[in-house]
Amino acid sequence: MSTREIDRIEGAGIPLRGDNIDTDRIIPARFLKAITFEGLGGHVFEDDRAARPDHPFSNPAYAGARLLLVNDNFGSGSSREHAPQALKRWGIDACVGESFAEIFRGNALAIGLACVTAPPDAIDGLMTLVEGAPATPLVLSLAERVIEADGRRVAVAVEDQVRDALLSGTWDATGLLLDDFDIVRGVASRVPYVRGF
Amino acid sequence: MGKTLLQKVWDLHAVRPLSTGQTQLFVGLHLIHEVTTPQAFDMLRARDIGVAFPDRTFATTDHIIPTLDRGRPFADPLAEAMLSALERNCREFGIPLWNLDSERQGIVHVIGPELGLTQPGMTIACGDSHTSTHGALGAVAFGIGTSQVRDVLASQSLAMSPLKVRRIAVDGRLAAGVFAKDVVLEIIHRLGVKGGVGYAYEYGGSAVDAMSIDERLTVCNMSIEGGARVGYVNPDQTTFDYLRGRPFAPPGAAFDRAVSWWRSMASDPGAGYDDVVEIDAADIEPRVTWGINPGQSVGVTGRIPSAGADVGTAEALAFMGLAGGEPVRGTKIDVAFVGSCTNSRLSDLREAARIAEGRRVARHVKALVVPGSQAVRTAAEAEGLDQVFREAGFEWRGAGCSMCLAMNPDRLEGRQVCASSSNRNFKGRQGSPTGRTLLMSPAMVAAAALAGEVTDVRTMAPVP
Repeated sequence: MSTREIDRIEGAGIPLRGDNIDTDRIIPARFLKAITFEGLGGHVFEDDRAARPDHPFSNPAYAGARLLLVNDNFGSGSSREHAPQALKRWGIDACVGESFAEIFRGNALAIGLACVTAPPDAIDGLMTLVEGAPATPLVLSLAERVIEADGRRVAVAVEDQVRDALLSGTWDATGLLLDDFDIVRGVASRVPYVRGF
Repeated sequence: MGKTLLQKVWDLHAVRPLSTGQTQLFVGLHLIHEVTTPQAFDMLRARDIGVAFPDRTFATTDHIIPTLDRGRPFADPLAEAMLSALERNCREFGIPLWNLDSERQGIVHVIGPELGLTQPGMTIACGDSHTSTHGALGAVAFGIGTSQVRDVLASQSLAMSPLKVRRIAVDGRLAAGVFAKDVVLEIIHRLGVKGGVGYAYEYGGSAVDAMSIDERLTVCNMSIEGGARVGYVNPDQTTFDYLRGRPFAPPGAAFDRAVSWWRSMASDPGAGYDDVVEIDAADIEPRVTWGINPGQSVGVTGRIPSAGADVGTAEALAFMGLAGGEPVRGTKIDVAFVGSCTNSRLSDLREAARIAEGRRVARHVKALVVPGSQAVRTAAEAEGLDQVFREAGFEWRGAGCSMCLAMNPDRLEGRQVCASSSNRNFKGRQGSPTGRTLLMSPAMVAAAALAGEVTDVRTMAPVP
């Protein structure tokens, strides 16, 4: 179970303004009709991009971005892992937002896509900075819980468990969960409905 | 202090604390379908790992299947590839699959309860956000993504962070024409689409106590639309009566032993909650969404909010092409859809049929009824509901997810407006990027289909 320790994520940012951007918008359901995740990066926000020519994901200035800046309740709705997969395959390695929907955040963690939060004014500051100067390098340090940008240090929040999983490379949990499988069998044998009533 | 059902279930299923601070949680029942699992099985193969508990895993097909011509191979090669992959994976790993030819096939969240697989006190996971549905029977059930499906297949467990519990007490009696769907739309409207993040929602109060299991399934189903990954109702006599005699319920004397354990898993009278919300059932009227998330709803006698309210409202109204300040009643529709894991059970179809009986779908409306399972379809046909719908001009289809998310041929075209008994009104949700969805109860969908516009179902008495 080879997984990677993730701490510092450096790169340009891409600002995507708006609350409650759901996973149907991140990747419309028709692109889930596949038995692999290949190629999803090319369809990220496909319908939103068609509806809005100035969509940040269509703007060449943001083409190489690695940090996605979002507002409130990003990734609500469907549990499709295809949403964080599409973002990651497009090139995103971290999402920085006011808040994230729960299943999206869990799915993102499971593929090593870091999600961290910051207050609305801090997010707005980062978005405004990147909108003015898209090439500005952002540096997210999970260990220090901070983003450095343009000489500023912006504090970010991330749950201890999530941070530790990323820092220790156990975000891909399979190995951890299989570590001591006898304990799982033990739990199964004590649960009444598994054991039999 | 007493414990909540969530705490009791959590404690029973906790395998061990993980080094990250999360808890390894045993998953008692794993339900799978064709859309979110092929990559999970491929990851298992790539790592040379088997399925730990194939006998705790059950599969069906629902999302991509056509509801008209279900013959194989499907006309859509991508859909065919997905079902073929599920068949291959289930065969290879020894997982039972209720396929198109099975009377047990249906939407995963409809068949789980229907077969008695879903039981109180369980932990249930499925690669679908509407897994919260199963909480209606007193289970702790939640949606997961594909990598987590892989983890459950491999280890029958998940790395989970703890949840808080918010009790939502709905007290009093629902007025005639007000349904479980209206209750949950009201809850989401009040608490917001992210109000439940970090929480399990425990639904209670006299109005919920009085609900049938079908109605509780509708309420729990939409927990995730309020941000809560888990929603549940404490098990009671209604739950036990529902489960008795179902294919996977404990048989004979074992059932009574199960009931006493199930009872013991309900929240204690003095349980501590992280939050409590009280709602008066009498305040709830039939609700209709006017926007692009399920929190954006209004009572059917109310008005659509003005665009000036906030950025989100303005964006929603622009997408929906609706005028702020206007009554929601009278909004023209093009399509009516009765179906989805929210509202496709027998009782839902009965309520829609009661309105449709003896009337005709408006000339410009395309109306579909899609039962949630083959068993629902068979039971509805035995009561003649299919005839009622057909005579009224509705199409009567095979069981599946259909136009809720339009991964099959059933979808909106262009900017069509759909009155829908489903759970999401997101932009593009029903298959057309510019298509528009108005969420409401099945009875309200039927009323809208007949009138050709949003109508207060309370003004439509059954035809004598």
